Amino acid sequence: MYTEKVMDHFQHPRNMGEIENASGVGTVGNAKCGDIMRIYLDIDKDGIIQDVKFKTFGCGAAVATSSMATELVKGKNVQEAMKVTNQAVMEALDGLPPVKVHCSLLAEEAIHAALWDYAGKNGITIEGLEKPKSDIHEGEEEEEEEY
Amino acid sequence: MEKKLIYLDNAATTKTAPEVVEAMLPYFSEYYGNPSSIYSFASQNKDAVTRQREMIAEALGANSNEIYFTAGGTEADNWALKAAAEAYESKGKHIITTKIEHHAILHTAEYLKSRGFEVTYLDVDENGVVSIEELKAAIRPDTILISVMFANNEIGTIEPIKEIGSVAKEHGILFHTDAVQAFGQIPINVDEYGIDMLSASGHKLNGPKGIGFLYIRKGVKIRSFVHGGAQERKRRAGTENVPGIIGLGAAVKRAVGTMKERTEKETVLRDYLIKRVMDEIPYTKLNGHPTHRLPNNANFSFRFIEGESMLIRLDMAGICGSSGSACTSGSLDPSHVLLAIGLPHEIAHGSLRLTLNEEITTEDIDYVVEQLKNIVSDLRNMSPLYEDFVKKEKKNQEVR
Repeated sequence: MYTEKVMDHFQHPRNMGEIENASGVGTVGNAKCGDIMRIYLDIDKDGIIQDVKFKTFGCGAAVATSSMATELVKGKNVQEAMKVTNQAVMEALDGLPPVKVHCSLLAEEAIHAALWDYAGKNGITIEGLEKPKSDIHEGEEEEEEEY
Repeated sequence: MEKKLIYLDNAATTKTAPEVVEAMLPYFSEYYGNPSSIYSFASQNKDAVTRQREMIAEALGANSNEIYFTAGGTEADNWALKAAAEAYESKGKHIITTKIEHHAILHTAEYLKSRGFEVTYLDVDENGVVSIEELKAAIRPDTILISVMFANNEIGTIEPIKEIGSVAKEHGILFHTDAVQAFGQIPINVDEYGIDMLSASGHKLNGPKGIGFLYIRKGVKIRSFVHGGAQERKRRAGTENVPGIIGLGAAVKRAVGTMKERTEKETVLRDYLIKRVMDEIPYTKLNGHPTHRLPNNANFSFRFIEGESMLIRLDMAGICGSSGSACTSGSLDPSHVLLAIGLPHEIAHGSLRLTLNEEITTEDIDYVVEQLKNIVSDLRNMSPLYEDFVKKEKKNQEVR
């Protein structure tokens, strides 16, 4: 059902992890629907994305699109990162099954959410960037149940 | 090296047993006659079909003229519900079933709703057990049918069928049970359990796919489901699937003969699997009744991770399982059964069902548990939900 590239990124996720004191962090998705993506960006004073990490709760496609999205924005400047669309992520993965297209949208949104966070922290405006729709902030999750 | 394959999805389907295949083979190109034909070359097939019918009836404590072959469990479920609704419509239009039925029942019930019937879906408790009190409370003067599955296909919980049967009888209501998962794993006697109709399928008990049956108690006035020839006492027309019926018969014979030994062995391994997983993987929940469950069924929810990722990783390790996550169901919602037992969505997404067969060994289980520990740990390390949970725990500890 998945292409070789999707499987490769699922099995060997690139840039998985966290960045402490990141320049921008964005979390999108919804645990209810089974997908949450978090992107950490480390952006230098020239606006270049020096490092990027992700964490994802979700299916194989969700992991692969997050992984690919981090590869596509790494080393780019903010404006170039804005051009990493869900279409670009999908193409880079040689396609996704139709039911998984939303995963690539989520990857695009996660990047945008992290950029939004970065822009807010630094008081700058990034052209074309809109407030993320489904950004989830820490501490807003439902009460944990104990098992 | 040959690729490892540990098949733990026996609730989805089972391997057709070699003796079943052997029994079927002559009925393709040697004894291919149509059982309805007059000459002895074909009529011997009629006798062969009859022998299977008798044997299956005997396994259920039924009469052979109460067994009707179908193309599988789904057809049997459709037939039972639709035909009963139609036949008893003049008495009432209310049907009682549960929230945890297979889609073959749920979607048929939805269809009947669209045709003017009213359906009550009973809740289940956190173990997936239907409440007899709720059932009694749901019964109305116009209730014509109660349909409750014998055992659940996802979480393995066995329902109180005997009690449901006696409640149904007391109120003079037809009682159907979808026994697709239970038949062949649990001894079933239709009289003892007060069952009026029962659905079963061949491929869940090491028989072939595409064959099943509906037991219909004598006196239940159910009409023809498939119109045409006089096969199956005019109630289910169409030339008999002779090889399928022979295979189903062989599978039932085998299942009944090996049931005690097989299920005892599976129960021991199932409990070993459950114990190891629960002891060695934190933040895990066992779904379904802890003891009153199918001998081969284990179903877990691993918090902070999603089912499809787990299945792909298990597949890479040569292990076949299934999940109730949305991604595997093709919808946005996780399994209706897991939601019905009260799991929050995000925990339902991280479910894993492993269903054993008699060929599974302790070594296999050990391998599966070791793989699972790594997979769950890897996926949790990747999960933002787990990251938040760990940070929260740390913060709580600092406060203390």
